[in-house]
Amino acid sequence: MTELLDILRSPWPWYVGGPLIGLTVPLLLWLGNKPFGISSNLRHACAILLPDSAKPGFFRYNWRAERWNLAFAAGLILGGFVAGVLLANPEPTRLSAAGMQSIQKLGVTMRPGLVPAELTNLSHPGVWLLLAVSGLLVGFGTRYGGGCTSGHAITGLSTLQGPSLIATVSFFAGGILSANFLLPLFMAVIR
Amino acid sequence: MTTQPNTQIPGVHSEPTSAARTATGLLAYLLAGLYFGVVLVKSEAASWYRIQEMFRFESFHMFGLIGSAVLTGMVTTALLRRSGAKSRDGQTITVTPKEKGWRRYVLGGLTFGVGWGLAGVCPGPIFTLLGAGIWAMLVVLAFALLGTYLYGALRNNLPH
Repeated sequence: MTELLDILRSPWPWYVGGPLIGLTVPLLLWLGNKPFGISSNLRHACAILLPDSAKPGFFRYNWRAERWNLAFAAGLILGGFVAGVLLANPEPTRLSAAGMQSIQKLGVTMRPGLVPAELTNLSHPGVWLLLAVSGLLVGFGTRYGGGCTSGHAITGLSTLQGPSLIATVSFFAGGILSANFLLPLFMAVIR
Repeated sequence: MTTQPNTQIPGVHSEPTSAARTATGLLAYLLAGLYFGVVLVKSEAASWYRIQEMFRFESFHMFGLIGSAVLTGMVTTALLRRSGAKSRDGQTITVTPKEKGWRRYVLGGLTFGVGWGLAGVCPGPIFTLLGAGIWAMLVVLAFALLGTYLYGALRNNLPH
């Protein structure tokens, strides 16, 4: 029994997780011809939440036709609870030696969990700044670029779409830039 | 008393109402989301540590993960379409093509990427990490909604 629980709590290698991620594309096509893409839900949420008087045209559409995607997002939350709370990995993420060194250099301690405590400590104003800037850019950029990792990198590349290749290369370039040069600046403030 | 063809007879199953059909339809997507959320956590794609390691090219994990995901998606989607199978609700499987162009993909992609590298979360993990009890993600979500709104308000002034 404890052995089974140990197995359920362990993380999966990339060659197990990757194919399971990829299968989401045909799964949603089979379920109802739906394009897999998570960031669209941010648009749907705006369409629902904004009062009619203050609603730009971009949010005036029949969001009810996209309820399937909101249900999918609700499922993501449940999945996080199942895998991240009920079956949480009791060990820290097993990074490479080089990875662990970089994390330490940032002033972050390796502990169990998916996000370090240094970045979730909301009593620190610097943490608010980091999370707010990050969220703002993710929301703006995904809509401007027409998708995120699921819509472009997974779905778009899987279906051989040129625009998705441009988007994927661009968001990796942005991520490399910010993780290597911007994040250390933020962390210097947070520490 | 004449029998009417459409009256409900106790114990006899009738066609499900459209509301009931919608609810079961949504349940399928909820379960698909649950599946994907579990995979995001267990494959550690939702781990801030793994995202940092990826953007510093310090491990193969995330590259293997995304690479094998794309390969699997490519092969299985091609097989599904070539088999001529219909979707569960009887539609021909179609993939909507992305709009042509490059400016919005470069500029939007770069913007998203910079945000992704900071808190280490793309939109999927925002939801999944909330479910894992990481409440600080509410800040990321709230500002992601604000960013989405700003795009909607400013889009006519942006190059696409």
